[in-house]
Amino acid sequence: MKELSLHIADIIQNSIVAGASVVKVAIIEDIKKNILKISVEDNGKGMSKELLLSAADPFTTSRKTRRVGLGIPLFKQSAHRAGGDLSIKSSPGAGTMVMATFVHDHIDRQPLGDIAGTMLCAIVSNSDTDFVYTHSVNSKSFVIDTKDLKNTLGIKSFSEPDVYIWIKNYFEERENEILN
Amino acid sequence: MKSIAELEAIRKKTIKSVDLRKNREGYRVVVCMATCGITAGARAVMSAFLDEIAKNNLSNVTITQTDCIGMCRLEPIVEVYNPNGEKITYVNMTPDKVSKVTQEHIAKGNVVTEYTIDAAE
Repeated sequence: MKELSLHIADIIQNSIVAGASVVKVAIIEDIKKNILKISVEDNGKGMSKELLLSAADPFTTSRKTRRVGLGIPLFKQSAHRAGGDLSIKSSPGAGTMVMATFVHDHIDRQPLGDIAGTMLCAIVSNSDTDFVYTHSVNSKSFVIDTKDLKNTLGIKSFSEPDVYIWIKNYFEERENEILN
Repeated sequence: MKSIAELEAIRKKTIKSVDLRKNREGYRVVVCMATCGITAGARAVMSAFLDEIAKNNLSNVTITQTDCIGMCRLEPIVEVYNPNGEKITYVNMTPDKVSKVTQEHIAKGNVVTEYTIDAAE
């Protein structure tokens, strides 16, 4: 994967397949401590102890079309390559949390990339799932909670052209604010 | 910060278009977003669909994502369901191809045969 935001898209897809109704994505950048932390937490069906232990093994997958699953192993490899690590907390019925850390200025750390693209794809194409997105850079941060937005707008999805353009601009503005 | 007034205006307009939509069934676009699809560029393809559909102001389109469908070598794969339920499978998709599929197929109902799985196989 060329960007960390692509790994995030991949992990979100796992959450969707696990039947999550809420997915929380957090990106915490602490330049002083030189750490980048990414977490994806869902309230999906969770994993058994056995599955959890083998989730980082490429030959573990729940899909039926083939016997390998590379999402978690690739994300873990990216973290390791950049001086970090990946951990998963999960139990049946209690959802799953995937957390990856990176040395922020490590030369092999992939860029975050088009995170707005990742989140917008997830938000617009999964109207039954609510997303809580937090991004912080040092002391600046913002949160977008799609449930709040849906309630304020009185809508059930973001797929209408006007609404999509609005949330896209809103998202990109928030991102720019904390990066500048 | 986008104003509340702007939100309110969008809300009113949206409710209007949702009412209109009830009268006719629309297209459904399904993008495969498993590891295989994402690695091959599925996110850029989906973003392009979202942008193109908004740009062409097509309000009768639903976009969803799905898991691996087992044909990873042809990713990014996009399935377009016509209002009558018929499914067209597009393979090896790119953002450029998305413009054509949106403007020809989803806006006008003309399948872009050259990008379909039948043309690739």
